[in-house]
Amino acid sequence: MSTAPPSPPTAAEEGSPESRRRTFGQVFKESFLEGNTVTVTVLALLSALVLGGLLAAFTNPAVLHAPGGSIIPKAWDVASATYVALFEGSVFNPHTVAALFHQASISTAIHDGYLSAVFAPLSETAVGATPLILTGLAVALPYQAGLFNIGGQSQFIGGAIMAAWLGYDLSLPFFVHVVVCVIGGFVGGAAIGWIVGELKARTGAHEVIVTIMLNYVMAYFLAYLLSSQSLLQAPGSPNPITRPIASNAHLPLIAGSNLRINVGFLIAIACAFGAWWLLNRTTTGFEFRSVGANPSAARVAGMKVERSWVLVFLIAGGLAGLAGSAVIQGTDFTLNPQSFGTYGIDAITVALLGRGKPGGVVAAGLLFGALHAGSPGMQNAANTPVQIVQVLQALIVLFVIAPPLVKAMFRLRATRAAGVGTGTSRGLSA
Amino acid sequence: MELELRGITKRFGSLVANDGISLSVAPGQVHALLGENGAGKTTLMNVLYGLTQPDEGEILIDGKQARFHSPKDAIAAGIGMVHQHFMLVPVFTVAENVTLGIEQADRVGLLDRRRTRREVADLSRRYGLDVDPDALVEDLPVGIQQRVEIVKALVRQANVLILDEPTAVLTPAETEELFRIVRQLRDGGTSVIFISHKLREVQAIADTITVLRRGAVVGERAPDATAEDLASLMVGRNVQLRVSKTPAKPGGTVLDVDKLTVTGDDGRVWVNGMSFQVRAGEILGIAGVQGNGQTELCEALMGLRPAAAGIVTLDGRDLTHATPRARLRAGVAYVPEDRTEDGLVGPFSVTENLILDMYDQPPFASGINLQLPAIAKNAEERIAEFDVRTPSAALPAGSLSGGNQQKVILARELGREHKVLIASQPTRGLDVGSIEFVHRRIVEQRDHGLAVLIVSSELDEIYALADRIAVMYEGKITGFRDPDVPAAELGRLMAGGADTASAEGTARAPGTAPGEDDAPVADASPITGIGTPGTGPAAQEDA
Repeated sequence: MSTAPPSPPTAAEEGSPESRRRTFGQVFKESFLEGNTVTVTVLALLSALVLGGLLAAFTNPAVLHAPGGSIIPKAWDVASATYVALFEGSVFNPHTVAALFHQASISTAIHDGYLSAVFAPLSETAVGATPLILTGLAVALPYQAGLFNIGGQSQFIGGAIMAAWLGYDLSLPFFVHVVVCVIGGFVGGAAIGWIVGELKARTGAHEVIVTIMLNYVMAYFLAYLLSSQSLLQAPGSPNPITRPIASNAHLPLIAGSNLRINVGFLIAIACAFGAWWLLNRTTTGFEFRSVGANPSAARVAGMKVERSWVLVFLIAGGLAGLAGSAVIQGTDFTLNPQSFGTYGIDAITVALLGRGKPGGVVAAGLLFGALHAGSPGMQNAANTPVQIVQVLQALIVLFVIAPPLVKAMFRLRATRAAGVGTGTSRGLSA
Repeated sequence: MELELRGITKRFGSLVANDGISLSVAPGQVHALLGENGAGKTTLMNVLYGLTQPDEGEILIDGKQARFHSPKDAIAAGIGMVHQHFMLVPVFTVAENVTLGIEQADRVGLLDRRRTRREVADLSRRYGLDVDPDALVEDLPVGIQQRVEIVKALVRQANVLILDEPTAVLTPAETEELFRIVRQLRDGGTSVIFISHKLREVQAIADTITVLRRGAVVGERAPDATAEDLASLMVGRNVQLRVSKTPAKPGGTVLDVDKLTVTGDDGRVWVNGMSFQVRAGEILGIAGVQGNGQTELCEALMGLRPAAAGIVTLDGRDLTHATPRARLRAGVAYVPEDRTEDGLVGPFSVTENLILDMYDQPPFASGINLQLPAIAKNAEERIAEFDVRTPSAALPAGSLSGGNQQKVILARELGREHKVLIASQPTRGLDVGSIEFVHRRIVEQRDHGLAVLIVSSELDEIYALADRIAVMYEGKITGFRDPDVPAAELGRLMAGGADTASAEGTARAPGTAPGEDDAPVADASPITGIGTPGTGPAAQEDA
């Protein structure tokens, strides 16, 4: 009874022979014009960048107060400087290379940190991306099973509490301590995720409500734990903060002591691969996807829908918990009431942009990590406020979740199989 | 109003859905568009209703060219459409639904509810629609909801009414009512375009029949054309419309249902102490008007709904409280009533759908690892064996036509080790070729010595397939009959008439089968039927 769009018969109804023999060029051109999801995503990014550039330019005092004739060139200067600074801060800065080549010898270059300086932007991007990828996966995986996880924050906190507590309270040899804390982080997050899945499976409680509420519960639970020295607060500290974790529990750096990039990033990439493998190559993933795409058919086919719900939320919680452990053990080394930042919400954005696919989540996580890494430099160089990065993120998401908007802007044809695509809008309306 | 379509062509990518279709609809006529699923009927009507734009061709109204950019234009030109899936707001009343989009305000600027209610009541009276303007749509049966859609079109001054597969959702009685209404509309001067793939209905209602095949008009016929003629036009070859199956040779009991009682979510008793047996090598057909507990019976047999009382055994093994998975493993093959909802995962590829209930079994999985080569090989074999028409096994199953979707389900269920086949409404919404194919496969199952349980509300289907007929009414079996029972007798049982004929609860199997297709209704039911092997929708068409 909903307003079903006219569904034209799809090519499958009658397979014409010519549809099978097309050159790559034709396929490429058609898929572009048909506006498939990759095309739309790329165009959405472009549109957001253009709009963000305009915004950066026309909120800049220098542009606003420029004399009439020079507004356009000035605006161009500001916008380009903004993006150049963003790029230099997140990917690659030519100045650092120049500095590197001015050194007398390779060894001094390395010793004095000039080589590291070249890779510093990328390292920062990776460090920023690590928790985003992990929490993004925590949203993407349940999404594939038809569930919406808004609770990245609570699961992150669960993992962070475990990682921090095990990190400062235990005294273990180097490698063992790292592993124990990482596993602890996974378990801490998984426990919170499991609560959600179990409530959904047993009582039918909607996971969106439950996860949102648990976010509050966990945030205040964390504040409570940090309020008393008999609990997690560091002895003798007036601030709500834990003791620093043992250096044996730090995630090992992977590119020298000058760069912050650490094993956490590798864990995130491995988890993304693991999630892909789970979804596409295992019976469990087959169940998840069936349950997500058509629960009643899954039930008829003998799958235990409720069991899938519990399991997928358990795993998702664990992934968000790993993000907590990556932040505590990789960059922060202590836990405070704000440690969870906005990862839980950013995760939804990352998963949306990544179209709920593990590979997409990695790409989206890296993009957002880069935006974070580049934003301070942007403020320094172009006098563009860091908040513009948040606006940019919002614009990207806005364009990505509204494919018809992008298609209309670029005059792409409507997608052929209207019912099959547009996965994100389905997720949002569910 | 005279409506004419000239050379309408509509392409979707490389698929030509409509290929130069010309058609003219005279005023006050019922014009039937007959064609198999995927023949392009609905696309043509979407063009006419302004939902899609044709690539070529024109629409003429009273000789003047018209361009419809949206349904709004079409409505303004006097064209109304009743979609296969209704476009109603369930929580609104009939009057509110009717007025939606053309709300009239009174002088103060408030909604003029009274006027709409009066209009609905007037129309309802004039055409005998029997629609209460104040009823909530969600409380109405499907047949009445359809009439609300008709009222919606009439209130908008439709001179041409398009009915897209209107009987697909109706019970036989509701269909009769609809036909009466359509005739009244026609006599009142409204033209009706009646889209269907059911020969008998088209013959009963149409003044002119246009047959579409693969996007093109292949012929126009008067309603007195023979069923064979129409069917062969539709499918492009001669269809054997006669049942051909050998007498059943039933063996021992395979599926034994004893005093099964099933309640619905609302506590209502849907299946009330039903008992029956299905034996190896026979087809038991459960006939009955839809909504008498058939759905709940099948769900209970599959473990999707708990049995409140009674025992279900398969080969002597008690399955009463087994999970769906346990039943599948025990050897139940199941073709659900609602194939898109329960039988397939629409966005999944054909390949994936072909292992939907075997994905964790060898050879498709070892441990938790899916074995992709084995899965692909399975798909290739099943697609070939069951003649699934799809350009690629990687295509989403939801994009296939109904007949091909059903073939995917059959291929999956019959490709598994099984002892009994339970098929509910196995050919609902399918075209002639697919029906023939499905029926042939089901009889094959029987001939291989398997037990088959068919639940169908189509009498034709029951006659075509069943070796023994059980009639279900309000959750009970009102009688068992042999397949040579007259339709009137079944009709009486389906309406709840007492079982006077046999004192025995379970009828014996027909020792001698009805001879050569002389089942009483066989010739009155040309739609369903089993062709002789070899005339299947084989490779001729687009291999």
